[in-house]
Amino acid sequence: MARRYDSRTTIFSPEGRLYQVEYAMEAISHAGAAVGVLSQEGVVLAAEKKIISKLLETAKSTEKMYAIDQHVACAVAGITADANILIGRARITAQRYFYTYQEPIPVEQLVQRLCDLKQGYTQFGGLRPFGVSFLFAGWDRHHGFQLYQSDPSGNYGGWKATAIGANSTAAQSILKTDYQDDISLRDALKLTVKVLGKTMDSAQLTSEKLEFATLSFVKPELLGFHQLSSEELNALLQECGYVATSSEEA
Amino acid sequence: MDSVIALVGKDFVLSAADTSNARSVIVMKDDVDKIMELDSHKTLAMGGEPGDFVQFTEYIQKNLHLYEFQTGLQLSTHAVANFIRGELARLIREAPVLANLLLGGFDAISGPSLYYIDYLGTLEKLDHTAQGYASFFILGTLDRYYQRDITLEQGIELMKRCIQQLSKRFVINQKNFIMKVVDKDGVRQVNFE
Repeated sequence: MARRYDSRTTIFSPEGRLYQVEYAMEAISHAGAAVGVLSQEGVVLAAEKKIISKLLETAKSTEKMYAIDQHVACAVAGITADANILIGRARITAQRYFYTYQEPIPVEQLVQRLCDLKQGYTQFGGLRPFGVSFLFAGWDRHHGFQLYQSDPSGNYGGWKATAIGANSTAAQSILKTDYQDDISLRDALKLTVKVLGKTMDSAQLTSEKLEFATLSFVKPELLGFHQLSSEELNALLQECGYVATSSEEA
Repeated sequence: MDSVIALVGKDFVLSAADTSNARSVIVMKDDVDKIMELDSHKTLAMGGEPGDFVQFTEYIQKNLHLYEFQTGLQLSTHAVANFIRGELARLIREAPVLANLLLGGFDAISGPSLYYIDYLGTLEKLDHTAQGYASFFILGTLDRYYQRDITLEQGIELMKRCIQQLSKRFVINQKNFIMKVVDKDGVRQVNFE
């Protein structure tokens, strides 16, 4: 039954579903997980890398975390090539806003614009939707630190803690139990480690499989998007009780 | 030709503009309000070509209102100044708009600020200035008597002094002026007495 109504994005099925959008979300549910946790001191973004090879130039390649502007960054789950297009658009949007107003774009507006773009791909043009979900971490003077999640349908929501990608439901339920509103940035990092440790398929957590980053004030008035180095990540994993040996996986 | 004057005090911006619309030797209207309220805490005093400056400032005002409805936020004075400047800078080479503006605003975080914007897209943040022929006469007066952190009463007295100078030395008789102040409580008209 579904077969007849799923090959075009621009039509509903008789049950009122958009199959192409659902299939896009299905693609994302197989992708490497990404987790975000909001603290009053900053936002933590963490992700599981799926592509591991000792031939990869890990120092120069990042497949999960991207800075969009000085005050906004994102983590990605889904088709990396699709994500790159959207991140490019987000960066242009952010600079255009700054060019017009000489002020950084409020985070929610950036997310909204990107989501409006994604929505277009579910309604007209006959093109498939983007197979990416995002976690946006940002700060602005209106709402302080914020965390947003968006998906291929173009919907978005503001979150205190959330997860996307593989095993995101399991991750979400752990976050629901363990998250506290007044969590510190350091504790948010540790909570993220715990969540990933419990929900990732692989046996143990090592720094090569993960990308961790924080968005916070490194100095008063100076926001920094800091991707943890492997030393820092290993130290964090050790603090959380994970053995920080680097295992080689081809 | 329009006279527009503005100054920044310790916690307010005071703007004054003449109220006449004259062509050649005829005064067509003598109660024109040339100080537009862009939003709850911003005034835009305008001079130049009557059709242009009304059209353009209304366009700016409606864009700001749209922004407020779309986002639930109000832009800062700095952002609005740069937005206006960007539009004039674009238009000067496409379809010039003869609007010379003084933007005054009060922001909760940064307090009062005043921006000089002319029809070419010049933008300067200043604490006392004027547009139009008035500037030839009273920039000197302002330089002589203006101090940072003046009170509203002192600001009003200074404006009156400027307007007196104009009526003494400027050949065009501008009988009436309108004065508005922006502070933390918003925009309101100020009486001369």
